[in-house]
Amino acid sequence: MDERERRMRARNRALLVVLLALVALFYVIAIVRISGG
Amino acid sequence: MSELPTSVLAPYAGAAVGDYVQILKPRVMSLVVFTGFVGLVVAPGHLHPVLAAVAVLCIAVGAGASGAINMWYDRDIDAVMRRTASRPLPAGRMMAGEALGFGVVLAVFAVAVMGLAVNWVAAELLALTVAFYVFVYTMWLKRRTPQNIVIGGAAGALPPLIGWAAVTGDVGWGAVALFAIIFFWTPPHFWALSLYRAGEYEAAGVPMLPVVAGARETKRQMLLYTLMLWPATLAPWLLGIAGPLYAVCAGGLSLVFTGAALRVWRERGDGGERQARQMFAFSLLYLFLIFTALLADHLGGGAW
Repeated sequence: MDERERRMRARNRALLVVLLALVALFYVIAIVRISGG
Repeated sequence: MSELPTSVLAPYAGAAVGDYVQILKPRVMSLVVFTGFVGLVVAPGHLHPVLAAVAVLCIAVGAGASGAINMWYDRDIDAVMRRTASRPLPAGRMMAGEALGFGVVLAVFAVAVMGLAVNWVAAELLALTVAFYVFVYTMWLKRRTPQNIVIGGAAGALPPLIGWAAVTGDVGWGAVALFAIIFFWTPPHFWALSLYRAGEYEAAGVPMLPVVAGARETKRQMLLYTLMLWPATLAPWLLGIAGPLYAVCAGGLSLVFTGAALRVWRERGDGGERQARQMFAFSLLYLFLIFTALLADHLGGGAW
């Protein structure tokens, strides 16, 4: 695997983690706001 | 301006994940997050812990976005200064557009989430902070006046207000006191650094005070701002948001900080690099300890 491909894969993984974290974040925010927090 | 940091020998491999982290200026972000967190904790009222965490996250992301946009704009002068030459943009590890796009997206995200999840006063203050740092400090003042970090320092002083507003929905006198601490701390902090980096700033064309007015005047103004920190750091006690033991801690720390400024001031002419380095290092510890004392005082019920 060349450097370009290795970096692209690392960026894709980081983006996946960020997107999953955002899904969890918005879910938790919604639950807290609905429950009157 | 060239957008492709490539060489004929090695094709551009794209920025590494670590480069994206680096342009967020994580070390600056840590102090911003901490002061914002303290503003949030000492503010009167209650905020759900999850929403408090979201507010701190938004402050962190907003600070990071400001750093990324700053690195995009300053990439030409960063390449000249040894301290900043290895940053992702001047080192050619990231394209300018990537940094700008990353910063803008993060800024919009941070403000929107703060508004939707916490409240719009905090979101407006966060937007003001990012805009002030980018447009007023980075684009307008930094390359034009030796007062750049005095006026621009307001951006770094706003995070406790954002934290405070996240809880209360407005800005009280206590929040203004926290703002004043960081506002008066910023000039001696940055001028201590610029005293021993004056040559680099001069080469980059940044009119820092030691470059424009000389070391002697810089040392005098550093001492004056350090003295102004006394009423600013004691203000939380005078306003009743901190107890007497906080006042003792603040007084003791300000005494040491003033001593450091005096040691820098006593060195005649351009001398005193060692004292300036010591003052710069202590300034970081000073701000951290002042806000830690506020936090501890609050968690101790103001009894100490």
